[in-house]
Amino acid sequence: MRRILAILLENEAGSLSRIVGLFSQRAFNIESLTVAPTEDDTLSRITIVTKGNDKILEQIVKQVNKLIDVIKITDLTERSHVERELLLIKVLAMNEKSRSEVMRITDIFRGSVIDIGKQVYTIQLTGNADKINAFITTLANETEIIESVRSGCVGIARGEKALRIKQ
Amino acid sequence: MTKELFSGAELVVKALSALKVKYLFGYPGGTVLDIYDALFRQNDVEHILVRHEQAATHMADGFARSTGEVGVVLATSGPGATNCITGIATAYMDSIPMVVLSGQVPTGLIGDDAFQETDIVGCSRPIVKHSFNCRNVVDIPNTIAKAFYIASTGRPGPVVIELPKDILMPQYTAEYVFNADVKMRSYNPTVTGHHRQIKKAVQAITKAKKLVVYSGGGVIIANAAELLTELVEKLNAPVTNTLMGLGGVSGTHDNFIGMLGMHGSLEANKAMANADVILALGARFDDRVTNNVKKFCPDATIVHVDIDPTSISKTINAHIPVVGLVDIVIKQLLVELEDKQFTVNKAENQLWWQQIEQWRAVNSVSYDQTGDKIKPQRVIESMYKATNGEAYVCSDVGQHQMFAAQYYPFAKPRQWINSGGLGTMGFGLPAAMGVKLAFPGSHVICITGDGSIQMNIQELSTCLQYNLPVVIISLNNRSLGMVRQWQDMVYGGRHSSSYMESLPDFVKLAESYGHVGMQINNLEELDEKIKQAFAIKNRLVFVDVLVDESEHVYPMQIRTGAIDEMWIKKGVKA
Ligand SMILES: Cc1ncc(C[n+]2csc(CCOP(=O)(O)OP(=O)(O)O)c2C)c(N)n1
Ligand SMILES: [Mg+2]
Repeated sequence: MRRILAILLENEAGSLSRIVGLFSQRAFNIESLTVAPTEDDTLSRITIVTKGNDKILEQIVKQVNKLIDVIKITDLTERSHVERELLLIKVLAMNEKSRSEVMRITDIFRGSVIDIGKQVYTIQLTGNADKINAFITTLANETEIIESVRSGCVGIARGEKALRIKQ
Repeated sequence: MTKELFSGAELVVKALSALKVKYLFGYPGGTVLDIYDALFRQNDVEHILVRHEQAATHMADGFARSTGEVGVVLATSGPGATNCITGIATAYMDSIPMVVLSGQVPTGLIGDDAFQETDIVGCSRPIVKHSFNCRNVVDIPNTIAKAFYIASTGRPGPVVIELPKDILMPQYTAEYVFNADVKMRSYNPTVTGHHRQIKKAVQAITKAKKLVVYSGGGVIIANAAELLTELVEKLNAPVTNTLMGLGGVSGTHDNFIGMLGMHGSLEANKAMANADVILALGARFDDRVTNNVKKFCPDATIVHVDIDPTSISKTINAHIPVVGLVDIVIKQLLVELEDKQFTVNKAENQLWWQQIEQWRAVNSVSYDQTGDKIKPQRVIESMYKATNGEAYVCSDVGQHQMFAAQYYPFAKPRQWINSGGLGTMGFGLPAAMGVKLAFPGSHVICITGDGSIQMNIQELSTCLQYNLPVVIISLNNRSLGMVRQWQDMVYGGRHSSSYMESLPDFVKLAESYGHVGMQINNLEELDEKIKQAFAIKNRLVFVDVLVDESEHVYPMQIRTGAIDEMWIKKGVKA
């Protein structure tokens, strides 16, 4: 099953490599991983999308928690949550017809064109993984994809629940 | 008033002495020469110069295992640091508190493939509890304090600190500010068991008709042996120890049914297989215990007490997990049993013990005593007698290790010192040296084989330098016996590279290092000569015992079988 894990950890040299090392060492799967400092710059937040059955997931959560510089880990997929990913994609837009078709698709998906070249459009889209996959497939049917980059998933719990240090 | 300033190297030594480190095991080299200079100018911390950095880690490890204190290692960057890897991994697998200080090239050269640059923090990442890249002089004392705290609390383990040369040199200085009372927001190991889990555990235990207590290295580490014994006596339960847990209850206690697992006793493995409740204390259901996990004790309710949540339900699902320090949890269990006014159900308990006595009567840990060759098991019995069962026994890895575990009943915790998790040949001698430093007045044995002893034999020189009169007993079977046993059993007797041809004359070798060498090749002389070896007080004695080379370790679990499917002797199944 697909899981989204949110990890709060000390923003120190080596803490990311410990997480990545742990996943490869114990043959856990990483579908995507994003990391950045939080508003408190002594802390980093990592979001990992992984796959595994309950037993494997239990081990992942425990093993990550065991790392000395990890403060908290939570499985966002256990509860209601919001997940988002950012896509930047460059497509061929050679003539009037293909440009307007690309624009139409972009509008339907509520993306935006953020750069235009002589023959290319660069589009930005946010959404969950399903939406982004659908957008890429639709575009690919219409024109040629030159390049694309995805941020990997970030997520946050709905409502009052929060991943932070107890004050 | 002017503040007193110190170099990084001086701060290292000051912090170590503040932490009451008596011995530092190490080997010098370019990047740590400033630390060596600082060591030269003080008397608190004694440096022990080994002959190979791997030995420094095992010495620190033996010191730590026997005392419960943190073992400390110092190595230079590059080859010095990489030579520590095996010892770090050994300590990691057995949860031994250790701090390794490693030099590094100056900060400005890091990443340039400078002379003797190795990313030791990177190399050791999968085999440490934690590690630090120290980059500033001011951070040195508190990084060391943190490293000791992490290494010695919770589930202990090795911690590596990398120290670049420039921050050790006199050019930079800082005040000495040291805080031994470390607090970390990201690290607070749980110590007490959750009260609801304790209640559940006691419920299961009191309902059990066929209870087994299965205890491991966690009981030794947590100094919980007395509490374990109290618990076992209160429950009148059979208790089995893992290879790491030997000494958790006395090996001669009536309730002790022997070691379990691959070379465990039949009664221990049978009791596990037939139990309705297994109380696992500081043990981790290692594959050398469980045999085939799919066939593992299907009818048992498993109560698993461990300080490390990752050990629980990793290989075997625990029905009642209890996270906490094993000494504290045993106390909680005792209190809860008291509250429930627990008494042993005599009839059921007796029935269970009758069953166990039948398995015991098979006498699975025994050997053929006929013939005039010296049986390796017989040597262990002889050294048990000669030391009154009171020696520290530090083992290498192989058949001799299993024979020692089987035939030397350990009365106390920390008496049995071996590399259980990693199985590191070459561990025995340096570990014994670390123990001897800590307990100079006790008999310290290194039980070894002709293969293992040669993996760190250079330390005989260190033994002379620091006067460490350990007794080395080598069960010389002219082969890599354990490998050969597997080749006999699994590979059609094809002895591929398991012979030790061209062995040295160990007697002369010991003598050339300035020690006493002895050879025993006559069964009739065995006891007398072993006694003599222990009578020599102030010299190291190397006893080379020529044992029957065809002997196998039995009993032995049958591969892919259940925990209690065993060979009792050659060709005989239980
Ligand atoms: C460093 C290392 N290399 C290889 C092994 C694999 N191994 C396990 S036991 C053994 C043979 C040990 O021979 P010896 O020390 O003579 O002991 P014996 O089994 O003969 O008693 C070997 C090679 C190991 N455990 N450690
Ligand atoms: Mg041998």
